[in-house]
Amino acid sequence: MIPAAFDYVRATSVEDAVRLLATNDDAKLLAGGHSLVPLMRLRLARPALLVDVGRLSELAYIREEDGRFVIGALTRHAQLEDAQMIPALLREAASMIADRQVRHRGTIGGSVAHGDPASDLAACLLALDADLVARGPEGDRTIAARDFFTGLFETALLPTEILTEIRVPRARGTYLKFRTRSHDWATVGVAVARVDWTVNVALSSMGLTPIRAVEVEDALREGAAPAVAVHELERTEPPGDATASSEYRKHLAQVLTRRALERI
Amino acid sequence: MKISVTVNGRLHEAEVEPRQLLVNFLRDQLGLCGTNIGCDTSSCGACTVLVDGESVKSCTLFAVQTDGMEVTTIEGLAQEGELHPVQAAFREHHALQCGFCTPGFVMAAVSLLHEHPNPTEDEIREGLNGNLCRCTGYHNIVAAVAAAARTSP
Repeated sequence: MIPAAFDYVRATSVEDAVRLLATNDDAKLLAGGHSLVPLMRLRLARPALLVDVGRLSELAYIREEDGRFVIGALTRHAQLEDAQMIPALLREAASMIADRQVRHRGTIGGSVAHGDPASDLAACLLALDADLVARGPEGDRTIAARDFFTGLFETALLPTEILTEIRVPRARGTYLKFRTRSHDWATVGVAVARVDWTVNVALSSMGLTPIRAVEVEDALREGAAPAVAVHELERTEPPGDATASSEYRKHLAQVLTRRALERI
Repeated sequence: MKISVTVNGRLHEAEVEPRQLLVNFLRDQLGLCGTNIGCDTSSCGACTVLVDGESVKSCTLFAVQTDGMEVTTIEGLAQEGELHPVQAAFREHHALQCGFCTPGFVMAAVSLLHEHPNPTEDEIREGLNGNLCRCTGYHNIVAAVAAAARTSP
């Protein structure tokens, strides 16, 4: 399967990438390419111009700043998986993405900007109440993770913007994932994060976007035990497909969420 | 588009279309057919090669993305007629049946041992979960990688 023809240009800096994006209405950023290239090979995506940001090493970093962790958008899954300092759920989720070959290439920014409801890292960022920093022609702006995922493969990013940085708080937490094959996407994934004294729960593959399980969080705040609070997930409406029916996903989400809550 | 890529230690300058996949560049333009195309959807790992020393699936990379980089394929492992320790271990432990997945498994194992010189059996199995063997020869593959870890300097 060969993608449709496109023009290719390699950005030399973030500013250069922003400038290049603005030159073509049908331009897409290429980072690790492990979400975009498969789509292009199926011709589900046919961008006219690819702006390759894969070598912008200025965007590949993990730092601690003012008590938070800041992660460059081009940080690869393998680097997250190997990073000792970041919250455990991010490390765990990164280590469960596909396989090491994919993790050598795939980036956190690319995974999040792709807007896939099955994204493991996206669920973690939602649970962590992360801030996402985007740069466009007008400069930088910060988008809360809660406002970032707007629809199926849709995000709050403008076509002229590039995601540059992700900021997450210190947190305890865990990510649990059910999949039928070891390198697969999540049939259901559950990210649980305890930020300060609040417990946040987010789910992957349970809707059109990664979602926060607000009702579960409310029940926990009111003192419900995890095994009781997870019943709130009965009210979700996950999709059914060849891998799992909607009912089965609901069941998995409850079991995994209870286990994750009991673990932290 | 003009690219220059060092493949198995030799610099190649070539004209490629941006949409040319790395695996097709290696096989069709350079004639290095040791790298196989299996599932063609970044699942099976048959097309695994090293880019700057790290395992990648060459069906999910454009050749232009490797401009200026170093690519190693199965053809580049043996040195002066001497098999690479991972290749030797695969032969010694009969870690293949039909052999189609073998180049990919060997390249993934080389990368794994580079990152984890002394892996446990679980780490080997996890580390190779991006490679499929349809003959289900996993037992001997894992044994070969463990043996290679013991013999590698």
